[in-house]
Amino acid sequence: MSSINLTLKIWRQPNSDALGNLETYSLDGIHTDMSFLEMLDVLNEKLTKESKNPVVFDHDCREGICGMCGAVIDGVAHGPEKEITLCQLHMRNFSDGDTIVIEPFRSRAFPVKKDLLVDRSAFDRIIQAGGYVSVNTGGTPDGNTIPISQVKAEYAMDAAACIGCGACVASCPNGAAMLFTSAKVSQLALLPQGHAERKQRATAMVTTMDEEGFGNCTNAKECEAVCPKGISIRNIARLNREYLSAVLLKDD
Amino acid sequence: MELNSRVPSGPLAEKWKNHQFSNKLVNPANRRKYSAIVVGTGLAGASAAATLAEQGYQVKSFCISDSPRRAHSIAAQGGINAAKNYQNDGDSVHRLFYDTIKGGDFRSREANVYRLAEVSNQIIDQCVAQGVPFAREYGGTLANRSFGGAQVSRTFYARGQTGQQLLLGAYSALSRQIHEGKVEMYTRREMMDVVIADGKARGITTRNIMTGEIESFSADVVILATGGYGNVYFLSTNAMASNVTSAWRAHKRGAGFANPSFVQIHPTCIPVHGDYQSKLTLMSESLRNDGRVWVPKKNGDTRNPADIPEEERDYYLENKYPSFGNLVPRDVASRNAKEQCDQGKGVGNTGLAVYLDFAEAIKRDGKDTIMKKYGNLFQMYEKITDSNPMEEPMMIYPAVHYTMGGLWVDYDLMSTIPGLFAIGECNFSDHGANRLGASALMQGLADGYFVIATSIAHYLGTNKLDTISHHDEAFLSSRREVEDRIAKLLKNSAGGPAGKFTVDEIHKELGHLMWDNCGMARNKADLEKALEELPKIKQKFWDYVYIPGEGKELNQSLERAGRLADFLEFADIMIRDALAREESCGCHLREESQTEENEAKRDDKNYSHVSVWEHLGEDNEPALHKEELAFEFVTPSQRSYK
Repeated sequence: MSSINLTLKIWRQPNSDALGNLETYSLDGIHTDMSFLEMLDVLNEKLTKESKNPVVFDHDCREGICGMCGAVIDGVAHGPEKEITLCQLHMRNFSDGDTIVIEPFRSRAFPVKKDLLVDRSAFDRIIQAGGYVSVNTGGTPDGNTIPISQVKAEYAMDAAACIGCGACVASCPNGAAMLFTSAKVSQLALLPQGHAERKQRATAMVTTMDEEGFGNCTNAKECEAVCPKGISIRNIARLNREYLSAVLLKDD
Repeated sequence: MELNSRVPSGPLAEKWKNHQFSNKLVNPANRRKYSAIVVGTGLAGASAAATLAEQGYQVKSFCISDSPRRAHSIAAQGGINAAKNYQNDGDSVHRLFYDTIKGGDFRSREANVYRLAEVSNQIIDQCVAQGVPFAREYGGTLANRSFGGAQVSRTFYARGQTGQQLLLGAYSALSRQIHEGKVEMYTRREMMDVVIADGKARGITTRNIMTGEIESFSADVVILATGGYGNVYFLSTNAMASNVTSAWRAHKRGAGFANPSFVQIHPTCIPVHGDYQSKLTLMSESLRNDGRVWVPKKNGDTRNPADIPEEERDYYLENKYPSFGNLVPRDVASRNAKEQCDQGKGVGNTGLAVYLDFAEAIKRDGKDTIMKKYGNLFQMYEKITDSNPMEEPMMIYPAVHYTMGGLWVDYDLMSTIPGLFAIGECNFSDHGANRLGASALMQGLADGYFVIATSIAHYLGTNKLDTISHHDEAFLSSRREVEDRIAKLLKNSAGGPAGKFTVDEIHKELGHLMWDNCGMARNKADLEKALEELPKIKQKFWDYVYIPGEGKELNQSLERAGRLADFLEFADIMIRDALAREESCGCHLREESQTEENEAKRDDKNYSHVSVWEHLGEDNEPALHKEELAFEFVTPSQRSYK
């Protein structure tokens, strides 16, 4: 374990209406075993002691699964390491004397509320439009009634691993939510349970996605590159197929 | 305080069916006239909100995060138990019931636990129907694994992300009801109080985290699904926002708090590495299926693990417990790890770690098989520690993980306040003094999907409720109390931070006090000392805490301060509860109560009860009540894993 000194340039914005700016802070003696969010905790303790307002950021589980945390670190959502969330990034990825630029997940559909905290409720509304199997509690058949091939189940799980963090949107030049939406559509399209509603689901979720102000996919693949769960853009191809067949072949 | 468990009579296997039949119902057409508040959107809360809305009730759902999908149930890794007996290895509802009640060291109610085992099978069917991508065999059937010491394979899983997938299933069911207008969803709300009118729970007071507004919501019933209180220790595997506030506020309004000292310390967590550490990360217990736990035989041996020859290693679990070996229950594994480290045999920089070694499993099954089983966990470990478990043994140490204690509830999951229900981890009901692996997910979903709706219908069917408005005096006075309290929290901060402490500094102090004196092993002297120290920390908090910013804005320091204020009050009954229970049981070793072989010694004669605490005002000591536990269908035995 060693310790490093850093310069941080952090986006500060008091509320949605205010103009924000990058503030510079210096922070010394950061242990390289710290996580990135622990480094921000140390900064916030320091700011508090200096009677300044701490940096507001979303975080919760701190083990890479709740999807609450996330910021753009030196231009990359969740920072330089592949397939992790910001809370899993450790300071050993940085060197003594580094300057780190920390910005919120910006996108038209993700308004900044304060500092690094953004409003991602549009994601919830996309799921509400159809990201489910319409089955009530009770009266369901035995779990082994429908055999599902291991390969299909694995592909469905690959897609279902999405944590809804929004890094894909923040990284997309078009601010598209295609990777997020396609992950849920794919999971349910791959499983027989989801088949009854697949057309309706694809149409409704894509429509909501558009209404929320997300852009479209132009195959820049930035989303896949930053996704902490390694969700593949193949899912976007599957979403497109689902959507097209829903629109072109409306009736079963 | 009256503790009527309302356990139905009759044979064990008939109780739940009889109860469902004898409970009152609410006609489908009338359900829309009734409203329910559900606080929390983890497995219990989301499944309850969705199910009640499906049945026709008006539901208001509240969560602390930006989305209901963030709840900490999402972090559960290993799996969910069910008595399907798909593997034909002798499992049954009765066996799952027995294992759970025995695992809980005979400190839970037979009837509740039996019902849990009974509905476990329906949970799997429900989740499969929702499209939860459980692991499958080549033939397409559901896969199972043996987990956490169980001697049958009854654990269903979705890679190492079972909690996530089950939560997303419940979240999707909830989302559907939100879309249909049956659930009103309130995100980024923190519950600050439960509102009682005419002796019944009729609503809640919340703080809007984004604006700081204090708000009131009324309903016919209030259901708390607000999780556990492990963060009283500051460091735990819980999410940062997990807290005791809503349960504690309910307690202060009259809800009995049961077994607050029953805390599970999980044996396989990544060790603490510095005082800046904000949380502990759990490594799934499934690792103990193939990993071997050991420490060097020699005290203070600082050699590289690879340089320590076989004969100088102590595989202490295998040696001490030949029949269970590395798969002993969580409490035994945790306690033994601590014991080894206390003896100076701990490894790593801090000496507070033991090895979990996969070398033999890799040699036996090959790298590919081991990677397939544990690849994601190994990666997670490597990202945090910069060390690869395929090449060198993992280091692990116990950490606070789950709280079996919680609000006291009857068979219907209703607290001692009429109309206030508690489900999931925030109640005390099913796990006794120790929870078995893969049972938390089962309980959360059992309560939410399959139990609570029956209870609510019965309550509404048997109680006459007056119309109420959130402008009534009960709501206004609750709001005033919450506002006053926030003002009191902020009062020290006007003069600036000089000479004051941050919220986290004081929280760490509380955490140390609790871990050192009210952790895995406890004794009277230390607990009494902790009870003396606690008021000093509390005083320091109220006199010297510095909170930047204002009350009526997004203020994360203020949120943490409010939660810490409640942890400081709650810690008092935790320590008292530990003091009062002069026996070792479940997760806890009471040092005065040991066998000749230094194993935990339970005392059924004096402690076969649930300890229930009643709040009697700020200036009075809380009262201890007891619900005696009767064992009609099983005979309590001393656990032995030798």
